[in-house]
Amino acid sequence: MSRQASRGTESKKMSSELFTLTYGALVTQLCKDYENDEDVNKQLDKMGYNIGVRLIEDFLARSNVGRCHDFRETADVIAKVAFKMYLGITPSITNWSPAGDEFSLILENNPLVDFVELPDNHSSLIYSNLLCGVLRGALEMVQMAVEARFVQDTLKGDGVTEIRMRFIRRIEDNLPAGEE
Amino acid sequence: MAIFSVYVVNKAGGLIYQLDSYAPRAEAEKTFSYPLDLLLKLHDERVLVAFGQRDGIRVGHAVLAINGMDVNGKYTADGKEVLEYLGNSANYPVSIRFGRPRLTSNEKLMLASMFHSLFAIGSQLSPEQGSSGIEMLETDTFKLHCFQTLTGIKFVVLADPRQAGIDSLLRKIYEIYSDFALKNPFYSLEMPIRFIAGALCLHTNPLLQET
Repeated sequence: MSRQASRGTESKKMSSELFTLTYGALVTQLCKDYENDEDVNKQLDKMGYNIGVRLIEDFLARSNVGRCHDFRETADVIAKVAFKMYLGITPSITNWSPAGDEFSLILENNPLVDFVELPDNHSSLIYSNLLCGVLRGALEMVQMAVEARFVQDTLKGDGVTEIRMRFIRRIEDNLPAGEE
Repeated sequence: MAIFSVYVVNKAGGLIYQLDSYAPRAEAEKTFSYPLDLLLKLHDERVLVAFGQRDGIRVGHAVLAINGMDVNGKYTADGKEVLEYLGNSANYPVSIRFGRPRLTSNEKLMLASMFHSLFAIGSQLSPEQGSSGIEMLETDTFKLHCFQTLTGIKFVVLADPRQAGIDSLLRKIYEIYSDFALKNPFYSLEMPIRFIAGALCLHTNPLLQET
């Protein structure tokens, strides 16, 4: 009886190929709809943001991590817990800025880009821009305004995929009680 | 049932979900003849027993139904005023059902916002920096447990004082919320949750049975 009740909320495993191909189909359709790469990038970021604001609750419900009190802790949780939980990879954290407010996430293999090649006429398309939106949306819901952008991408010939995250500020309005 | 209610309150203090699972309330239905030996008074749009407690009808109970038809606040189902109706000897003998008045949804909304403010006051009163808000409120008939997520949503459960395991129940409700409310593309964040009443009910009932 108890096993049946908990089964509904356990994380379900899914085929990574299905996920990759679905994402590919999504980006392809966006390219057809928008014609211009910049618009597609913006749209992917917006979609990612909408996913992020909801994903954060799912993440917090399943992972039981407490509040992070500095950016380094946040970086650790993102790389070691969040990416592992949702994409099955553990990016490494490097290139901390001297002020401790910027770092890079290095993804050796990005599951979203398996089987993908960027054609020449889409050279300014940021294929995995959804991830940047997700990071931005999720962190905004825990009162951190950040900026995430790709600086290296394996699809464009670089060796690894690198996402640069910058802490902008702490969002002070609408703080939950007890967090001031 | 050891769990009495579940409330979900959003960041701004608005109630977005509410589920009651009380055991059947104490209700008493009796036939009366003129004159009525209970003293009734009008309070807050309801007709309450002010004095004259007997046979299961207690002070504070409200008139729930007259002659089998549910009353609507202070008016009978036909639109007449209850106190006038019961003052008229021609309407007797009459059968009246008394019981503890249920909270209306407006009252629940108000109480949830009040709790949200008290929760914030709880953390401000603390002598220590960075205290949480109210986690538990205890009375002689129930215990209220509250869990606030890092994003500001509060899950409140009212349970029997002896009931254990409410913390894990609160976390389970958080998981169910993230699975059913957040993954529904038509659900806007912070808005009342209407659609999942069924799903949440089905899921929380087995959980409630377990705990």
